[in-house]
Amino acid sequence: MRTARVFIAPVTATALALSLGACGAGGGGSDDSTITVAYQKFGNFTQGDALFKDVKAAYEEANPGVTVELVPIEAAQNDYFTKLALMNRSPSTAPDVMYEDTFMIKSDVEAGYLLPLDDYLAEWEDWDQFVDGAKEAGAGDDGKTYGVSMGTDTRGLWFNKDVLAKAGLPEDWAPTSWDELLEAARAIKESDPDVVPLNIYSGKPMGEASVMQGFEMLLYGTGDTLYEDGKWVLGSQGFVDALDFIGTVYTEGLAPTPQQALDTNIGNTVSAEWLPDGKVGIALDGSWVAGNWLESGAAPWPEWSETMGTAAMPTQDGADPGAVSMSGGWTLAIGSGSEVPDEAFEFISMALNRENSLRYDVEASQIAVRSDVAEDPEYTATNPTAEFFTDLVEVTHFRPATSDYPKISNEIMVAMESVMTGQQTPEEAAAVYDEAVTGIVGDENTTQG
Amino acid sequence: MSRGVARAVPLAPAVVLLALFMLGPVVWSFYGSFTNTALTGPTAANPEWIGFDNYIGLIGDPDFPKSLWLTVVFVFASAVVGQNVLGIALAGLLRSAVRPVRSIASTVVVAAWVLPEIVAAFAAYAFFHSEGTLNAMLGGVGITGPDWLYSTPMLAVVLANVWRGTAFSMMVYSAALAEVPPELTEAAQLDGANGLQRLAWVTLPVIRRSISTNLMLTTLQTLSVFTLIYVMTGGGPGTDSSTLPILAYQEAFKFAQVGYGTAIATVMIVVGGIFSVIYIRALRPEVD
Repeated sequence: MRTARVFIAPVTATALALSLGACGAGGGGSDDSTITVAYQKFGNFTQGDALFKDVKAAYEEANPGVTVELVPIEAAQNDYFTKLALMNRSPSTAPDVMYEDTFMIKSDVEAGYLLPLDDYLAEWEDWDQFVDGAKEAGAGDDGKTYGVSMGTDTRGLWFNKDVLAKAGLPEDWAPTSWDELLEAARAIKESDPDVVPLNIYSGKPMGEASVMQGFEMLLYGTGDTLYEDGKWVLGSQGFVDALDFIGTVYTEGLAPTPQQALDTNIGNTVSAEWLPDGKVGIALDGSWVAGNWLESGAAPWPEWSETMGTAAMPTQDGADPGAVSMSGGWTLAIGSGSEVPDEAFEFISMALNRENSLRYDVEASQIAVRSDVAEDPEYTATNPTAEFFTDLVEVTHFRPATSDYPKISNEIMVAMESVMTGQQTPEEAAAVYDEAVTGIVGDENTTQG
Repeated sequence: MSRGVARAVPLAPAVVLLALFMLGPVVWSFYGSFTNTALTGPTAANPEWIGFDNYIGLIGDPDFPKSLWLTVVFVFASAVVGQNVLGIALAGLLRSAVRPVRSIASTVVVAAWVLPEIVAAFAAYAFFHSEGTLNAMLGGVGITGPDWLYSTPMLAVVLANVWRGTAFSMMVYSAALAEVPPELTEAAQLDGANGLQRLAWVTLPVIRRSISTNLMLTTLQTLSVFTLIYVMTGGGPGTDSSTLPILAYQEAFKFAQVGYGTAIATVMIVVGGIFSVIYIRALRPEVD
């Protein structure tokens, strides 16, 4: 038995460490005639998959000898970033073309995952069609461009007119402050206790959607901000107020139960089931939600434009400009280790040419970033809410464009989750956030709000 | 000497494979815990050696002591107490049961063990879900059950792990009990020992080596349980069921702090080591 004793410790250690060490499995690499394209395909988001499949067919027909290998990653948003980052860490799995969120670009550029596209873009005649905001969204800290924008988005309040009518609220309901929003939610709760009055994403499972559609839509309406003059703002009243709002809707039962809200699939459930079925009154969500209800979407709902109304998210107490929105968007980028960058860019230029951009912006309900698409009558005609959400661009905010943002975004999710579950008060959660941010960026990069 | 070398040669391939696939990740993980490796950002390209900063950060992190405590609770309640006590009780009872009862009962118990972990996890999720089997059954007798996964997440995952793991302990103890010489228990019986005394003073001392081995195996297995908890509660609500494996996963892969996550994994190795030493010392399987 003595040998057993010597043996047990290393075996123990090994078994435990394997759980972390065994990650990063290999997969198909790229050779000279293959372009690998990695993108997200999850739940209701299938429009990208449809686009890439068609572009693959067209590209392969135009370029015999080149194979396009599609790598759809079926994962929720945060897991998608993780999987993509793990793929990028090894040259044998790094994709040539990837679907990349604008807020990850600066961080991934510093990680050395992305290839600067300036030389290609200079020769691409279509590049002039992209609006300046879209060009900036794809830029790294070094000023070079790393991503070609597929479309942008804004956020606002979607509401089901039938549910609001039952609560005695008008068809053109437009709250002017947080209190009016809460009043409406309470009225809905009173008129029908089975309906979720107000959906605001919150907590870790929804990832960046919680932070952007939920928290930041509140925070940027308080007059405070996350990041100012190159420093992260700590201890602001707006931060506590925004958390307090989250706490209020979740503890008063105006939002989904925390159990429902902490389900990875809630994003799909809200847009594909609850809104069409009249189980949610008001939803703070993105401009793209209607894409689910188009004929090409995951949950076709022809009557949606009659039932659903839209309203701008009000600022905290109605202060100017009265409404608030946040913008993001996704790009296509090329991996820094790509052996076929020329072909990869050709693929991107095909996927985002006028015709395909138009198709994608319509199907995925994106706000067009190509001026030729934005003016296209087909674009303006297909989606009746396009005009409303495009107008929100005037009051929109962008997330802090720094490579630390993704980490800090995670700390916001943690704060939201501890407030919505009642584990911490807004003040406590804000204090934990302040400490975590100081740990990430250092004392010298923070300022008191 | 040359004979020793010659004998070692056939072992070489196995040793190399073990070193490559078992020791390699351990060493890498240990090394990683002293760096600030991340999945994205500047430290993904050029990780820096930061010494003990990750460990110092862990001590200051309010989630960590909580997670350590939850892990100890989870291991103690579901492995040490749940699986072992239930396992030995089942093994003892089934020995004296009639044949059909024995085969039916052991099939039911072993079924949970045979299920792949992900299937077992979904089954447990469906059972404890607020509109799941358990609450449906409680509803049948007029009780409105709580939302188990939300209000009592630790209880739910502990019970699920007991359900899933008891079969292993039961099988180990069935084999061990079959090895207890009947003349020993008979002698004790003649001396007037009752059932409980026979169990405490005869049976348990005889099978203590099996107990020690089984405690060790179930503890280490439970310590690294990930799928079950992740599927059932995702470590939540908040961090109310985030044991160390869940915390390590979240830090490494959700929050992209690979270095920090491997530091947590290293702590898990230490916790496993402490449990192992306790068992080896307390039950001294090698002395006879």
